[in-house]
Amino acid sequence: MFDALTEKLQAVFKRMRSKGRLSEADVREALREVRLALLEADVNFKVVREFLDRVEKQAVGQDILESLTPAQGVIRIVRDELVELMGRTPERVHMAPNPPTVIYLVGLQGAGKTTVSAKLARMLRQQGRQPILVAADVYRPAAQEQLRVLGERIQVPVVGEPGKTPVELADLGIKASRRMARDVVIIDTAGRLHVDEELMRELEEMNRRVPAHEMLLVVDAMTGQDAVRVATAFRERLPLTGLIMTKLDGDARGGAALSIRQVTGLPIKLIGTGEKLEDLEPFNPERMASRILGMGDILTLIEKAEAAMDREGTQALAQKIEKADFTLDDFRAMIEQVKKLGPLSKVMEMMPGMSGQMAKLKDKVDDRSVVRIEAILNSMTKKERERPEILDGSRRLRIARGSGTTVQEVNRLIKQFEDVKKLMRQMKGKKGRARFGRMPFPPLG
Amino acid sequence: MAGFFERLRQGMARTREGLGDRIRTLIGGRQWSDALYDELEEILYEADLGYDAVDDILTRLKEDVRRRRPERAEEVLARLQDIMVSQLAPVAQPYRLGGQRPEVWMLVGVNGTGKTTTAGKLAERMKQQGFRVILGAADTFRAAATEQLMAWGERAGVDVVRQAEGADPAAVAFDTVKAAVARHLDLAILDTAGRLHNKRHLMQELEKIARVVGREVAGAPHQVFLVIDATTGQNGLEQARVFQDAVPVTGIVLTKLDGTAKGGVAFAIHRTLKLPIQLVGVGESLDDLMPFDPEAYVRAILGEVNLDSR
Repeated sequence: MFDALTEKLQAVFKRMRSKGRLSEADVREALREVRLALLEADVNFKVVREFLDRVEKQAVGQDILESLTPAQGVIRIVRDELVELMGRTPERVHMAPNPPTVIYLVGLQGAGKTTVSAKLARMLRQQGRQPILVAADVYRPAAQEQLRVLGERIQVPVVGEPGKTPVELADLGIKASRRMARDVVIIDTAGRLHVDEELMRELEEMNRRVPAHEMLLVVDAMTGQDAVRVATAFRERLPLTGLIMTKLDGDARGGAALSIRQVTGLPIKLIGTGEKLEDLEPFNPERMASRILGMGDILTLIEKAEAAMDREGTQALAQKIEKADFTLDDFRAMIEQVKKLGPLSKVMEMMPGMSGQMAKLKDKVDDRSVVRIEAILNSMTKKERERPEILDGSRRLRIARGSGTTVQEVNRLIKQFEDVKKLMRQMKGKKGRARFGRMPFPPLG
Repeated sequence: MAGFFERLRQGMARTREGLGDRIRTLIGGRQWSDALYDELEEILYEADLGYDAVDDILTRLKEDVRRRRPERAEEVLARLQDIMVSQLAPVAQPYRLGGQRPEVWMLVGVNGTGKTTTAGKLAERMKQQGFRVILGAADTFRAAATEQLMAWGERAGVDVVRQAEGADPAAVAFDTVKAAVARHLDLAILDTAGRLHNKRHLMQELEKIARVVGREVAGAPHQVFLVIDATTGQNGLEQARVFQDAVPVTGIVLTKLDGTAKGGVAFAIHRTLKLPIQLVGVGESLDDLMPFDPEAYVRAILGEVNLDSR
């Protein structure tokens, strides 16, 4: 599968005469496309310039491996360099040797600090910690209330009293953690502009009274060129230890991650990937690199598939496919497996090339159509699923009624199923066994 | 409109490396040289205008410079400003109501851009102008969003229609509009939940809200403000595109301009999608939500230049 950048680069290289080795001019022309991709992804202008200088030096005169096209060769260099810059290994949130560990979440307004506080508390609790939340945003109306509601949902106590200052609240948080034997104190601070002298001083004061073990800057993935200025300003005043990037479930490419990392050296520790409280994940530099270049997130998809699908079931299915005695029962099992990956729309988002024009296709894959297919399958008897050929008109009508669908939909499903089966038979005839290690996706939508 | 620029300048004065200083040292009193294009390009990029807008602006500027051959750098800069300002026309007039009562306004946008705050400020401002206003808390998703809006309602002396958390937002919108009709009010303002534009079901939910209010009051929603955070990068363009597809967006509210971000993506949105920037937010207080002034905004993007001597 090709994404926009790969395609553009291929067009560039098609025009070039030199094949084996990249000349300076070749590289420069190719990197112009890369530059555009990075700027579109909101990587800081200056960071882009420095980055391309470095890549150019590396790429000029490189032998392009035989197995790769020049376009992929350049992309590989660019991608590797991006990964290098963002840090090869994922970084963790560290715990203090003597509890309680104090974690501050700071950042601009609307970055998602309050939500991340609750997500982080939930994640730590999952890991066997006993967190407590401190609602120290006393400025935004109902911010404390918001954290209290979230705390209730994840069953983590929340410290927050009206009328107290943020410094007093941090203090109260530490006291409460001792009293309640809690080992992590997560302090949700008010959103503030990095140029707001008064509020920046307040954070310094809080950190003096209750020193942070981790002070994490929460950054919105949609942030543009300003990200660098914001992160630098926060870092000048506070002992930041890392970043959390939020709203990565959107379609922003998140170039701010690279910019901030490059300029401040701070590691990105966690990413927010959805509205639900379990949607907080460790940061993965390789995936971020692909995303910034607009190359999708196939790694996550593979990983999720491996975690979700049960191996034995898949193998049994593969064998059946091989023998071409694939029934509607197996088809149902297949849908089950795919569903474990999460909502289809989310699966599609992770596929390369889904960010651009292909996104329209995504709309057509409606999760509800899966529900309908399942309903149809579930309305059949076991016998019908095993021997679809017995499905006559009256059976089809019964199935349509039972599943709340129409006969046309039932017909379409059976037709699709037969097409797949036919395809399998053909594949079996043409190619060897090796082809069937992988499970084809059911024809949806 | 001195207030607008004054506020922006105050915001900029607080930054250590204000763009203003940079451009003044760059241009001030110098001969024009084509080497300065690179510097201008950098300034425009760093204000988040994005490739298309920057490319277009610089192409026009170069064309202009070739024709007129200005000598002083200031003249080129003035041309640049003219080019940019002309792309921001026509200027919209917020805070006005048409002939029909009640009007329905909606605030939409991705998470964390300041919709609830803007809804509160709009209600207070319109109330001050003598209109009878009601607020609808149609953000039923985010915990305590309703409480936040109610705090604003209390401050403005405006009633807030609400339902329990998790309720159907379209039902809240319906109640709000019904109440506005029954009480013969002038304006109903609906706050909606933040939603990422790539989540189809959430965009459908928004379509439904607009549909429901349209059924109750002909022509509603009369205004749909897309709230965009000035720190937003190039993704803002896609946001605007998708929101515009779902609901009849009438303009942009550009919030958080009091930081160092310039919100240049709003410029890109204006020129590609013809969506006017209607209001800008330059601070926390009520008066900090102001009608948009293109000239001041362009000056803010480029840094303050000595325009008075022109």
